[in-house]
Amino acid sequence: MKIAVCVKQVPEGNSRIDPGTKRLDRSGAGALNGFDANAVEEALRLRDATGEGEVVLVSLGPAKAQDVLRKTLAMGADRAVHVSDETAGGSDLVATSYALAKALEREGADLILFGQQAADSDGAVLWAAVADRLRLPVVSQAAELTHAGGKLTIKRQTEFGYDLIEAPLPAVVAVSDAINEPRYPSLKGIMGAKSKPQETLSLAELEIEPERAGEPGSRTEVYALSDPPARADSRKIDDDGNAAQAILDFLAEKRLV
Amino acid sequence: MTKPADFPPPFRAADYVAAPSDPPDERIEVGILIVGAGPAGLACAIRLGQLLEDAPEIRDRLGEVPVAVLEKGKQAGSHLLSGAVVNPRALRRLFKGRKRIDEMPFYGPVENESVYFLTKQNALRIPAPPTMKNDGNYVASLSRLGRWLAEQAEEAGAMLLPETAAEKLLVSDGRARGVRTGDKGRGRDGEPLANFEPGSDLVAKVTVLAEGTQGHLTGVALDRFGLAGESPQVWALGVKEVWKIKRPLDRVIHTMGWPLRPGAKYREFGGSFIYPLGEDMLTLGMVVGLDYRDVELSVHDLLQELKTHPLVRGLLDGGERVEWGAKTIPEGGFLALPKQLHAPGLLICGDGAGLVNVPALKGIHYAIESGSLAAEAAFAALQRGQTPATPGALSVYDEALKRSFVWKDLYEVRNMRPAFGRGFWLGGALAGAMTATKGRFPRRDLELERDVDVELIRTDRAMDFPAPDGKLTFDKLSSVFASGNKTRDDQPNHIVIRRDVPQDIAQLWERLCPAQVYEATEKGVDVTPSNCVQCGAITAKGGRLTPPEGGSGPEYTLT
Amino acid sequence: MSMLVFLEHHGDELLKGSLGVLSKAVALGSADVAGVVMGFGVRPLAEQAAKCGAVKVYVADDARLEAPLPQPRVDVLARLIREKGIETVLFGNSVLAADVAAGLAARLEAGLNWDLADLVRQDDRFVGKRPALQDSVHVDVGWKSEPRIALFRSGSFDPVETGGSADTEDVTVALEDFSTSARMVDQAHEEGEGPSIEDAAVIVAGGRGLGGPENFTLVEELAKALGGAVGATRAVVDAGWYPYSTQVGQTGKTVSPKLYIACGISGAIQHKVGMQSSGVIVAINKDPNAPIFEFSDLGVVGDVHEVVPKLTELVKARKGS
Repeated sequence: MKIAVCVKQVPEGNSRIDPGTKRLDRSGAGALNGFDANAVEEALRLRDATGEGEVVLVSLGPAKAQDVLRKTLAMGADRAVHVSDETAGGSDLVATSYALAKALEREGADLILFGQQAADSDGAVLWAAVADRLRLPVVSQAAELTHAGGKLTIKRQTEFGYDLIEAPLPAVVAVSDAINEPRYPSLKGIMGAKSKPQETLSLAELEIEPERAGEPGSRTEVYALSDPPARADSRKIDDDGNAAQAILDFLAEKRLV
Repeated sequence: MTKPADFPPPFRAADYVAAPSDPPDERIEVGILIVGAGPAGLACAIRLGQLLEDAPEIRDRLGEVPVAVLEKGKQAGSHLLSGAVVNPRALRRLFKGRKRIDEMPFYGPVENESVYFLTKQNALRIPAPPTMKNDGNYVASLSRLGRWLAEQAEEAGAMLLPETAAEKLLVSDGRARGVRTGDKGRGRDGEPLANFEPGSDLVAKVTVLAEGTQGHLTGVALDRFGLAGESPQVWALGVKEVWKIKRPLDRVIHTMGWPLRPGAKYREFGGSFIYPLGEDMLTLGMVVGLDYRDVELSVHDLLQELKTHPLVRGLLDGGERVEWGAKTIPEGGFLALPKQLHAPGLLICGDGAGLVNVPALKGIHYAIESGSLAAEAAFAALQRGQTPATPGALSVYDEALKRSFVWKDLYEVRNMRPAFGRGFWLGGALAGAMTATKGRFPRRDLELERDVDVELIRTDRAMDFPAPDGKLTFDKLSSVFASGNKTRDDQPNHIVIRRDVPQDIAQLWERLCPAQVYEATEKGVDVTPSNCVQCGAITAKGGRLTPPEGGSGPEYTLT
Repeated sequence: MSMLVFLEHHGDELLKGSLGVLSKAVALGSADVAGVVMGFGVRPLAEQAAKCGAVKVYVADDARLEAPLPQPRVDVLARLIREKGIETVLFGNSVLAADVAAGLAARLEAGLNWDLADLVRQDDRFVGKRPALQDSVHVDVGWKSEPRIALFRSGSFDPVETGGSADTEDVTVALEDFSTSARMVDQAHEEGEGPSIEDAAVIVAGGRGLGGPENFTLVEELAKALGGAVGATRAVVDAGWYPYSTQVGQTGKTVSPKLYIACGISGAIQHKVGMQSSGVIVAINKDPNAPIFEFSDLGVVGDVHEVVPKLTELVKARKGS
């Protein structure tokens, strides 16, 4: 079984938005999006359970994303495909899902895994868009995943509890962070990562037209940054025995009880 | 009154020395192993790459991974922190014919500099002491420089292994054989968690320790191989911040005096630095010797207090703090250097060796030079067909160091730091005499006293520390946040320390630590290890820092 | 200015979140606000939508839509939006809604802005307000073309009943093969012991000021009375008072309930970044200088051991239990 895992590099440490470009400042250290680690771990487990198959990492991002791909290869993935192109900067969901779908189409994987959200944009939307473009079934928030004879059984975590869903391969699944505990790469893994195949592709090599990438290819835009609305006048009181009542009145006023 | 030496930590260096134990096919072999991706370690890797480029037969003998650099932080630079104004001398030599200074990530040459003596309200401009002149030097963020050096090292063929701590020194037959890396995935009580990954034996022909201040295996090696000198090492603690500012700062500033107290009984030696980082940022820090006596002193809070001075407040007006960090600096200088910096199969470089010129506030170029010389010594030992592990094979390193500018500079200023044990005024006068005579005065070298032997006193100093306002001044916890530290909370405690100590010691530690790791309680001291930014201050004052799980700690980028 | 609101249901009730988004659409001043309900036997839900101001409700009633799976819904919505030329489509976040909105964006090559806290009209364009970087900054976002798709943070708006009736219209349900290849074997039906901390609308959290693990019962009682979940700070989890799964903060969970009651919590930044975007924050702490008072809506300087139990009693009394 060939499993493709979509991974993303996000800024390490405390992120900043560059006030000039209004995009995330990605010049600091990069790290694997924490949730993607669960997806990589799940892919490795599925591969190791059958003893055969391939885990391919697919990433869309600037040249620096190489570091993260190498660290993730160190966990045990087999190879990495990095789509890197200057013109892809500033891509929104429409443009990103298009580019990613093209790269995944080229791989022809049986299973495509995502982590449950991107720490930097907090979006839980990429996989459904990619699946639609690839015309594949998609299941998200997978807290448990089993595979038997070309069919997946997934326990999906929703607001109402757990659904049990079946989907045939090929399919797209986004795993939740509850699904597993990602492994630490062993030193051997870290050292071996460098020699694993890493491919870099430009958008042109994926036959992505320039007008479908970056800002031209996006259907949303950023206007400005602003401070979040200040909390309306906050009140501070001393407890003279009536604080509990004061709190209740406050909650009632806000229609919270 | 009590002193920290009365409550030593239950630490035994021998616990961190072991023979290789992994079966030979699980052992990982590299040619030359460098511990620490700081300026010393990376300079060593870069120099080795240059030498090996022209010596393919030797490179082949070193195996698939001729040069490996271990780094306990998430990436090179994550744990690097300094002022810094860098003397480019060593970088010029290292990159001769390959890179120019203007291709290196500096924030520009030092154009102007001022030294001030501060009182609470005033700033008296004083002439820069001759040891502190910075013409021809460059302002840098060491963290940023480290990232660049790491790129050069990788291009030169070195393999960088970040998020990997070196926990034990591998020794057999009296020779250093490599290191054992630390385990990952242990819980609070040391129990293996679901994703437990044991460390590995990493063996090499030569092991270079470039761990920086309070280097864990450096301390272990000095003990194991009997390398420690007559004089103990002493340290200072530096706490610094990086700020975005509205108006550019046009010069490098150093201050002395307030908020430190000049009286000899306080033993508060140090000062502050304020350096421009380009047009829109500056960095400022407070550096204080850890031989201070007052239980209530807190270097972090001294930095906060410093910012309330009109001179400093004016520079920061309208600005925003973007990063914070802390690190110790070895201050013993020449007198505190180990007897020798090599052992069979082992070389020691940089701050770990104590190669810092305190009066000039310089150590980075010595680190780079020593790393370079270590590379040359290792290469030479390999060339002669000797095994570097043979006793004496690496003595060329010490010989080269002694012939270098590193030795000459350090010798000249060797008595300055100890002079300040006599207080600021007398110390200053003595330092002046030393400079004038280029180190020939005094005839007999002064003595250094261990930081833990200093008798404590208690004043009400803490009363004057400003309450954090979240705009100009900050508390410790939000500062730890600004260091990028988000270490997982359920790691085992990596700090070896006596818990049942009297209140004075507990409070000393509570105030000492810039990251609020220690808390004085009725029973002694509580430890919150996940706050730790691995500055090393605790080791100077009665505890012992060991490396936590690789990848933990701060994520410095601009320090 | 046609607007379509995706109305999600559970059992035979439309979700409060969906109705809130519907009320928001109405408040934006569009006269042409429609809702769409999809499922099996969902026709009666149209009435609930009408009550909150929809003038029209599209109904897709089909056995193949019974299971709450996203892809068949994308098929139905895409067709509907194209047919009717709808300009703006609004969703309230949920596991299902996020998948539908995203699939729809790809299908229609339409702009999707998610995690919105608000939507306003500025001049002649729509501007979404998106909190970013752990809610420390707001980003104003827009759409370059139509249809526009907006996905709001759950609980952003309260439903407002304006009374009224709506026309209903049945819509064609034509599904792609790939959309129906995933199959619901067993739908979630457990109600559980109370909300998990991530989904809870109310969280009552305890910190060191509680004094000891045994005092967490105060927090639990209040949470229960309010129908909320229990949270904890790093300090008390470190000390073993409460499990790590309830830890809120930088190295724990990030939550944004409508109400966060912080009991004996100082408000260090490591905790703050995990809960600062909560709707309303009430803090009870003995220390008048605790940082939490700087970002709470109501701060009480008092003893948690006295205030919290009293509050629990008052809440219970009010709820009549």
